[in-house]
Order: sequence, then C-alpha cells, then structure tokens
Amino acid sequence: MTDVRLLLPAADLRTALGADPSAALDDMLASVAAGTTTLARTFPAAARRTARGPFGDGDGHRIEDAVRVELIATAATDLGPEALLDELTLLYRHGDADEKRAVLHALAGIDDPRVDGSALLLDALRTNDVRLVAAAMGPHASRLSAHDWRHGVLKCLFVGVPLSAVADLRTRADDELVAMVGRFSDERRAAGRPVPDDARTVLAMSAPDPTATAPEG
Amino acid sequence: MRIFDPHIHMTSRTTDDYERMHAAGVRAVVEPAFWLGQPRTNVGSFTDYFDALVGWERFRAAQFGITHHCTIALNPKEANDPRCVGVLDVLERYLGKDGVVAVGEIGFDSMGEAEEEAFRRQLALAVEFALPAMVHTPHRDKEGGTARTLELVEESGIDPGMVVVDHLNELTVGPVDERGCWMGFSIYPDTKMDPQRMVRILQDRGTERVLVNSAADWGRSDPLLTRVTADAMLAAGFSDDDVDTVMWRNPVEFFGQSGRLLLDGESDGADLRSPATFEGNSVLRGEPVA
Repeated sequence: MTDVRLLLPAADLRTALGADPSAALDDMLASVAAGTTTLARTFPAAARRTARGPFGDGDGHRIEDAVRVELIATAATDLGPEALLDELTLLYRHGDADEKRAVLHALAGIDDPRVDGSALLLDALRTNDVRLVAAAMGPHASRLSAHDWRHGVLKCLFVGVPLSAVADLRTRADDELVAMVGRFSDERRAAGRPVPDDARTVLAMSAPDPTATAPEG
Repeated sequence: MRIFDPHIHMTSRTTDDYERMHAAGVRAVVEPAFWLGQPRTNVGSFTDYFDALVGWERFRAAQFGITHHCTIALNPKEANDPRCVGVLDVLERYLGKDGVVAVGEIGFDSMGEAEEEAFRRQLALAVEFALPAMVHTPHRDKEGGTARTLELVEESGIDPGMVVVDHLNELTVGPVDERGCWMGFSIYPDTKMDPQRMVRILQDRGTERVLVNSAADWGRSDPLLTRVTADAMLAAGFSDDDVDTVMWRNPVEFFGQSGRLLLDGESDGADLRSPATFEGNSVLRGEPVA
C-alpha cells in the first residue's frame, strides 16, 4: 500500500458535502475498496455524484478535488508505489482538466520517494491552464530538477498563479531563480506593465552577486 | 438576453469572438466534435482533439464568462476513412465525463456503408450512456439523408426526444418534427438557414423542440447569428419569453437530459455545493483567473 494524504480531513469534507453526497462518496469508496468498480469508472463521475465548488477554507481547495483525492487514497491502500503511479498516469492521461487537477493534488499528498510523478507535473506546466499550473507546483514538485522547478515558478508569475501555491519557495529559491525573476521584472518595466507583488517577494529573498554567473541546474 | 448556442466550433474561433459573444448575451455553448477541414490520419489525432474539448477549450471559454460543453463522436465525414475507425473504440473514455452532453456529431455525409455502421454503433453508445445524440444531416441530398437518418434512429430504439437532427431547412423539418425528435437549425451568412427564414419556421411551427445555433467554425460563419435571429424574432412580434425559450430554455432542456450540464451565470449566489440545480446538473462557476 502507498499512503496518500487527503486534501481535506474526511470529516470536514463530509460536513461540507451534507448527507446525500457524503453517502454517495462513501458508496464509491466502498466499491473501490471492494474492487467491484475501478477508479477509472468512478473518477469522471465523482463530482456530479457528490458536489463541486470552493470548500471555503481560504486555501482555495475545491470540494470535487478533495472527493477525488479520497478515492485515490482508498485505491492506493491496495497498490504498491509502481502500480499507483501507473494508475495515476492513466487517470491523468485520460482525464479532463478537473480530473487532471485532482491527480496533481493527490501527488502533492504522496511523500513516498518511490512514486515520482514528475512527468505529470511537467505536462501540467506545459499548459496555460492556471489551475493545472498551480496544482503542479505543490509539494510533489520537490521531484523536479532545479531547472524545471525554477521555470515552474517563473511560469506561475507569468500566468498569474499566486506564489502561495508553490511549495518550499523560501527554502528552494536560489540565486538563479532571483536572477530569472529579475529579468522578468525588467521586461515588465520596459513594457510599461506592473511588476507583480509576488515577483518583488522573490527578488527580496536574496541579493545575487551581479558578477557571478549562476550555473543552470 | 441570455443565449445558449447549442452548436458552435469554438476551437476554430478567436478570443475576440468569445468577447463579442459574451457582449451579445451568449453565456453557454455546446461544441460538437467534428471535422477540422483537414482530414486526420490516426486515432491519436482525435484523442488530442477530444482532450482539448474537455480541457483547454473549456478553460478558455470560462475566462470570458461562457460555460463550454461538448459532444464527442467520430464525425460522418471521417467515419468512412479506415484509418479513423479505431476512434469508435476510445469514445467510452469520454462519454462518462462531466460536460460531455451528447454523442455527436454523428450521421451521414456521403451515405456510405461505413458511415452507416459508425452511425449505428454511436446511436447504441448514446443509449448505453444515457446521453442525447446530435445528428448532422448531409449538405448534399439533405432530404434523402434525413429520411435514412430517421429510419436508423427508429431502429436504434433511442427515445426520439433524446435526438436532435441538425442543419434542417424548410424541406426537412416536417419529418423530423413528426418523429418527435428535436429540430436543429444552423444560421449561416449565406447557406443553410438565415434569420428571416428561421423566424418564418418558428411562426409556422412554434418554439417547441427547436434549437437555433450558429454552427460557427473555420468556414465563413458568424457566432453572433444566434443574437441576430433573436432580434429578428422580437421584430416579428415574438415575446421576450419566446426568445428565452428558443435561445436558452430549449437547449438547457435538451442537453439537461444528459445530467452533465455545467451551467454558469444564471444562478449567481446559488449554493455551489448543491449537487443538483437543474435536473441533476451541477453548477460550475467560471473562475476569473486571467
């Protein structure tokens, strides 16, 4: 089995859902656990069988994402790390944007180093769908190379994803990231466009030596 | 005025169109999977297209305050290409998804055997997935194609109320109406149907089971002709309520039969956590993120 941290505590999610949608969720979980249905079948229908919309916790979590992550967590109790990654890859590959986002949130709750979903994160970072970009930069982005992670941060700034969505920003930001954000900010100023507050936050994180040439990671 | 365009190929349109559509009152659309002008040569080309319809295009529309749905199918123009028949085997992946509100466009183009086989199989999928079917009628020999279409619909056992037969005109509307199917009309700048002819058909037959669309795509077409038609209805003496029936409530009723609508905008302040707002369809609010 592989542990998947829930997006929202199970009790809180059920309080938000109310009686009938909670029963529908528990029914789906029981079927997945018993093997009478598959994640592939329950995943697309999960939102319409329960609910969708903001959870209202100030963190931007969505109810349908929490429902889908809980389905994955239940399936993962029967799956080794490799099988879980295969399952997540299929769900992502065949998912619509909402399903893809839920897979990314599930990856964010997997600490097991044997599960490396970085290929899915890179796919999400290739899109311009800000919901996918944001979800890709959670804790699982620790698997990304320094180069890819920095470009993920820069993409967030570029498409307007708040950097609060980026896990480990303060501990992972390095001089090269600050230099990249510096060049991004210079371009914005040259174009007469405002520099986002989040860019200023990164610029304040360290003062790179202007004579040093940072290596590409 | 609120408008639901039940047939428009937004993949082929620009963001300027989304802005103009929103300004004209368009708040929801259905984009049927169809031909791209250039024939495709493999199944993967279709799945990338379907993925865009349930992914990027839905997101793009939401940026402009428009709720995007789609229909998924192997279209008639490519159903007779052996390189593409494998598409029929991957459709089930998509037909269970939210926002996929029908199997379509299916139907005839050249009326060949392969087209008929694909048509039958996809009508059966509509029955299996409890989805409506959107049926294209051919540009050439529209009368013959419509007659054969209605025979296949009857053979399939699908409820006629779950079928819209599209691109109709004065000559083909009668048999479709008699069969109890929904009647789709595509308003084009210079072919198919125009706003004045559409108004006359509505005067003759009333507003029941009528869907009016722009069918705008990569060809010469105009995504605002739904609004022009609505204005023509008002000028001809139809009431605001009649216009709302044709331009909003009818498509909501027809596609609502899927249980997969993602309606936005008509229920500001509604509790988004409620799973049921209109006949089992849930509400997804477009998030202003750009």
